[in-house]
Amino acid sequence: MPALHEMIEGKRVEDHRPWPRLVVSAEVWSSVAAEIAAGHATLYGLWGDASAGPAVHMAIVEELNGEITVVSLDCPSGQFPSVGALHPPAIRLERAIASLYGFEPVGAPDGRPWLDLGFWELQHPLGAAAKAPSAAAPYVFLPTEGEGLHQIPVGPVHAGIIEPGHFRFTANGETVARLEQRLGYVHKGIERLMTGASIDKAARLAARTSGDSTVAYGIAFARAVEAAMVIEAPPRAHYLRALMAELERLANHFGDIGAICNDASFALMHAHCAILREYILRAADACFGHRLMMDKVIPGGVAIDLAPAGAEILRNAIRQCGQRFPRLVELYDNTASLQDRTATTGIVSAAFALQFGAAGFIGRASGRNFDSRKTPGYAPYDQLSFTVPTLTGGDVNARVWVRIREVEQSLRLVEQILERLPAGPIATALRHRDGEGLGLAEAFRGDVLAWIRITGDRVARCHLRDPSWFQWPLLEACIEGNIVADFPLCNKSFNCSYSGHDL
Amino acid sequence: MRRTLFESLTHGPLTEAPPRPDDAALAELAARVDRAARLRLGRSLAIREVDAGSCNGCELEIHALNNAFYDLERFGLRFVASPRHADVLLVTGPVTRNMREALERTYRATPDPKWVVAVGDCAANGGIFAGSYAVVGGTSDVIPVDLHIAGCPPSPTKLLQGLIALLESAAAPANGGISHGGSSAPESPPSSQR
Repeated sequence: MPALHEMIEGKRVEDHRPWPRLVVSAEVWSSVAAEIAAGHATLYGLWGDASAGPAVHMAIVEELNGEITVVSLDCPSGQFPSVGALHPPAIRLERAIASLYGFEPVGAPDGRPWLDLGFWELQHPLGAAAKAPSAAAPYVFLPTEGEGLHQIPVGPVHAGIIEPGHFRFTANGETVARLEQRLGYVHKGIERLMTGASIDKAARLAARTSGDSTVAYGIAFARAVEAAMVIEAPPRAHYLRALMAELERLANHFGDIGAICNDASFALMHAHCAILREYILRAADACFGHRLMMDKVIPGGVAIDLAPAGAEILRNAIRQCGQRFPRLVELYDNTASLQDRTATTGIVSAAFALQFGAAGFIGRASGRNFDSRKTPGYAPYDQLSFTVPTLTGGDVNARVWVRIREVEQSLRLVEQILERLPAGPIATALRHRDGEGLGLAEAFRGDVLAWIRITGDRVARCHLRDPSWFQWPLLEACIEGNIVADFPLCNKSFNCSYSGHDL
Repeated sequence: MRRTLFESLTHGPLTEAPPRPDDAALAELAARVDRAARLRLGRSLAIREVDAGSCNGCELEIHALNNAFYDLERFGLRFVASPRHADVLLVTGPVTRNMREALERTYRATPDPKWVVAVGDCAANGGIFAGSYAVVGGTSDVIPVDLHIAGCPPSPTKLLQGLIALLESAAAPANGGISHGGSSAPESPPSSQR
């Protein structure tokens, strides 16, 4: 049987790299939606576009071979057949397209706005922008009916040092009957700011889409630009990017493993993990001049080289972490009161993880063994040896364990990278031309997708898809039947990005 | 666990000497903080963090203030869960249009006297997001700001310098005492002697 991407009928776009983009008919669009609904491929992104006439694009990935295909449907009438009608993971993406562009997903199961909370002066800011109506219709949460139910509204301002979003719980006593999220509070209009911007400005915006994944966003954006410009970053740049990406992964995993334990009131783990995080950030600062390594990945390569002394600083930090971490793992494993909170809490079923294409540790804790560093893979990971830890428990505990195992892998990856770091230039010159590119990078929470269309030396359209789009809905699903007090624990074990999702 | 706890007793603390208060911050605060506020707030400040549209970078570094190296609580500064318990609002990010009302309501929920610290380049004027249809601008476009801490994001040391300056100006006598703030020796604040 031929692979799905070979069966899609459409007109191939010449200047789209490295994967094909096909302009298809509405019928083919719907048949692709049916294929992903049937589980033959995974939805990888769905976004609107007005830079070359109204259109919608859908990226799909075939998990076995890592083949990615972008299918595009021109929609001059402003309508397109709903994907969400067949495949629920597309629903929020379509609601966002409707709010940002004003395109109508025909047959969509949910017509409520998304990201647009009724405070903008513009309606459909990325499409045919018009003045917003003076009074927005009130937002209606999904109904939950039954005896003894009560609602708990939380946010947008939460109790911790955390990003804003609204959670509407419906509970029966202690037990959550339904959670519905309402997001968009940190929507900054990044995609419109990118439109018409220089490559340099757009790269800085991409690096500020989700601050905890600034390196990953930098890599995904740079790879998309490089694909569109048909250039390749030098080998040393690939290695330095991977080095920064693994440091970012380590810092986030350390911080979050501690924070999850803290949400179960086990502050000791939190204190010790925070120390390891600080070691990594200080080493990053000493080597690359910025604790989070913001703006250090640039289109064409990297902005700063690693000095020989820097390698020693990193080896030291890795050694410190490698020595201290196993004892913390033991502490986690041997504390029954902590395990009592994390085990069997917030279970994400394997079926949901597959259906939503849940990336990162959320998917991997529920049996979805997908990592864009392996499939489709990108340099330099094809030359490095590492495994992608996968578990099947699907609970908070499994997500913690996947992250523990990923820390171990990343520590080894940093050592390998330092050992094999090739000599040579760290950046290649940009080649301004019209073109389209798609880039991927594996952030700590999953794969970031960047799609760009360049005209001359300007960005005509850039779309950034955070892995959180396919993870937030699973948080709603996994809290059902759990107690309200376990929500912080579940939420932290997901640690979805608000800013990356809201854009 | 026993070994970990025992080591914590025998090893020296990781906590580092505090940085000097930031001079620019002291100067900015001198113009804003009045005597009544100083008398009422004293040396212990409760901070409520509000993300008004940040990319989450500032939050990460604010979190770091609580780690063993920076140990914010030794200065009498602590984060609280509700604006009703807060003396200081620490605001990050450009203020998005979607967060404007939430920020205003958080400000109104904070009892007087109160201070607002705008953290990061975005909070100063919207930063790289200024001019977007979805962004109002900096924090001061929505609520009055007493102190700006620059950076993208500001490092924990930078944040600490700004917050210590806030503490110094809170503790200093009102008659032009800001310049004496340094004399109450941030190197050995009373609260660190616990």
